[in-house]
Amino acid sequence: MRDAVAQRQPRFARLGPVLKHGTPYAYLSPTLLLIILLLVVPIFLVIKYSFYDNVIINKNPVWVGLENFRIILRDSRFHTAVRNTLIFVSVSVVGHLVLGLSFALLLNNRVFSARTTGIFRVVYVLPWMFTGAVIAILWQMMLNPNGIVNYLLSVTGLSDAKIAWLSSRKYALGAVTFMNIWAGYPFFMVSILAGLQGISEDLYEAAAIDGANAVQQFFRITIPQLKPILISLLTLDFVWTIFQFDLIWITTGGGPLYATETLSTYIYKQAFSRFQYSQASVAAVLVLIACTVIAIFYARQQVARD
Amino acid sequence: MVRRGLLVAVVSLLVLSLSAAASAVTLEFQQWWEVELPRGVLREIVDGFTKETGVEIRLLSNPYADTNTQIAAGAATGTMADVVGLDGAWVYDYAKQGAISNLSALMTKGGYDDSQLSDQVRVDGSTYMIPVVNFAYPMYVNLDLLKQAGVTELPKTWSEFKAAAEAVTRKTQAYGWIIPLSTSSPNGIQNQFMSFLWASGGYMLKDGKPNLVGNEKLIKATEFVKSLFDAGVVAPGAYSMTEATMVEEFVNGRVAFMTSSLAHINLIRQNAPNLNFAVMPVPAMDGYDGPRGMVVANWGIGIASNSRYQDEAWKFIEYMMRPEVNARLAEAANAFPGNVLAAPDYSAADPLFRDAYEIFKDSYAINEFTGLPVSEHLMRIFNDYLQLYIEGEIDSAEEMLAFIQAEWEPNFR
Repeated sequence: MRDAVAQRQPRFARLGPVLKHGTPYAYLSPTLLLIILLLVVPIFLVIKYSFYDNVIINKNPVWVGLENFRIILRDSRFHTAVRNTLIFVSVSVVGHLVLGLSFALLLNNRVFSARTTGIFRVVYVLPWMFTGAVIAILWQMMLNPNGIVNYLLSVTGLSDAKIAWLSSRKYALGAVTFMNIWAGYPFFMVSILAGLQGISEDLYEAAAIDGANAVQQFFRITIPQLKPILISLLTLDFVWTIFQFDLIWITTGGGPLYATETLSTYIYKQAFSRFQYSQASVAAVLVLIACTVIAIFYARQQVARD
Repeated sequence: MVRRGLLVAVVSLLVLSLSAAASAVTLEFQQWWEVELPRGVLREIVDGFTKETGVEIRLLSNPYADTNTQIAAGAATGTMADVVGLDGAWVYDYAKQGAISNLSALMTKGGYDDSQLSDQVRVDGSTYMIPVVNFAYPMYVNLDLLKQAGVTELPKTWSEFKAAAEAVTRKTQAYGWIIPLSTSSPNGIQNQFMSFLWASGGYMLKDGKPNLVGNEKLIKATEFVKSLFDAGVVAPGAYSMTEATMVEEFVNGRVAFMTSSLAHINLIRQNAPNLNFAVMPVPAMDGYDGPRGMVVANWGIGIASNSRYQDEAWKFIEYMMRPEVNARLAEAANAFPGNVLAAPDYSAADPLFRDAYEIFKDSYAINEFTGLPVSEHLMRIFNDYLQLYIEGEIDSAEEMLAFIQAEWEPNFR
């Protein structure tokens, strides 16, 4: 028995370095497996699909190389979707930043009592509590030609017209962008508020002694101190807003006449209305490339910060 | 010895329980019907099947539009529910994808007599969907608004309709007519726009292919709809409006006329018990006195190809189409049965439903979008060009229809 144990020991000893180096990977393996299954495989499948004539509905897909890319890049509706997405995303992100920062500064103000601040904190964060579908239906009713927005415009004497906010090519993109800003600013507000509360009071006291006014303190102390948070927020929001779908789909469906067509509604229509899954994959791949560029920028910022 | 006996007993029990688990089949049934039926009716009907066969039915119920999305996603990933509620407009694409089963084969295998079915939706000669119940789309009219506007007779022709809609818009706070043209759900083209064409004996297809260019009746119908917009009698917000919002506007007394499903009688009664409304035939082109087409939509049923329980699923469809079950469903849904042998008792039904039934009997059922390839996409194309025409960015109805035909044709090859 002893001999047997003695014989086994060197074998285990030989495995020592493998076990030593393999243990961390063993711990990582569940996460790696999940990442591979939920992220890597779907991404590669979508990339693969984009090179075939059509998939899913076609039992024997044929490799067509870059043909689908050529079709999509020449499609004027894709161009419209890209243009609308850029407007929607950039205005939304700026709107989120301005509103989030303004409300965070208000809530960080010591003029109001803690109770008042607490009440407003709850009120301001409310839009974030609703799902996209609820927000869409809520605003759809308010922006109805017979809705409360037109009523308020009418009683204040600003406009008597029954403006069809979501049915007019002139207003629809602005209306959905406004809804998205309303729905998303609390995330900025909460994050910036946390950042504001972490800025040392000493900095403001020293600046006051040096004679800096409130505006100078804001631009020389507050903004630089918040910069890492702001960069993270802007980057993440840019990516999230590109994928905004339910709000637009429920309220306008990308219409009227493509006025609110964004990349997400364009991809949906290609896939689930036209059943052109490969062309939908091409558009998705192009969005993926754009988001990857932003993600690299974000990662580099994070590394530089660390 | 005792230990061995115990072991045998445990193993036997395990085998028995496993075989029992294997025989307890549960079919998933994805549909939007439960949402639109009175509470508990569909559950009660499907429980009858479970009682007979022991096969459990799990109802997966969502609103109509969500059901389509869920089924489309299931078809793409091969995870569709065993039995699915279908709209005729979806069938072609799912059949071509191989996502739904060929029911002709199952009918033949089961020796089913299909002569009792009022209709079957076929692709390449094989049945893929059976309409369980059919819904007619009459025109609803708010009688109080008509009275306020001094309109004493229900309009029968387009010119009478336009005059009545103008009177309502001019003399009341409401609008004459309403049409939902949202891009997300473009079936306003099928249910509201085309109802004027079909009521006038017109068609948009010829031998199953698009026949839009030079189609005189369709040109006139298009010009008529534009004239309603130009006259300002159409409720605002049409371009982002869905059918649900349209019904809501009617319920709130903001519009005098709307073409809508008979299924909405319950909803209107529930939400506006005091609304004084009636149903009438969709007005026809001036001078037309031939038979009128009436839009029908149906609650169809099909089987997912990926279902492991094809035979059980077919038995369930047979059960749903059985005359007495079919009649019960038709009564509850305010619809017409899909089985010609079913004899629903409409005596307890809403009087308006009985009026609609009389209108239906004087018309012929039509829906040219049923069974077409990518029919939702076709409606969306029509919707886009119609909006451009109404907005004055396309000069004539002929030009608009030519654009649509050019975009439709590649989908029919």
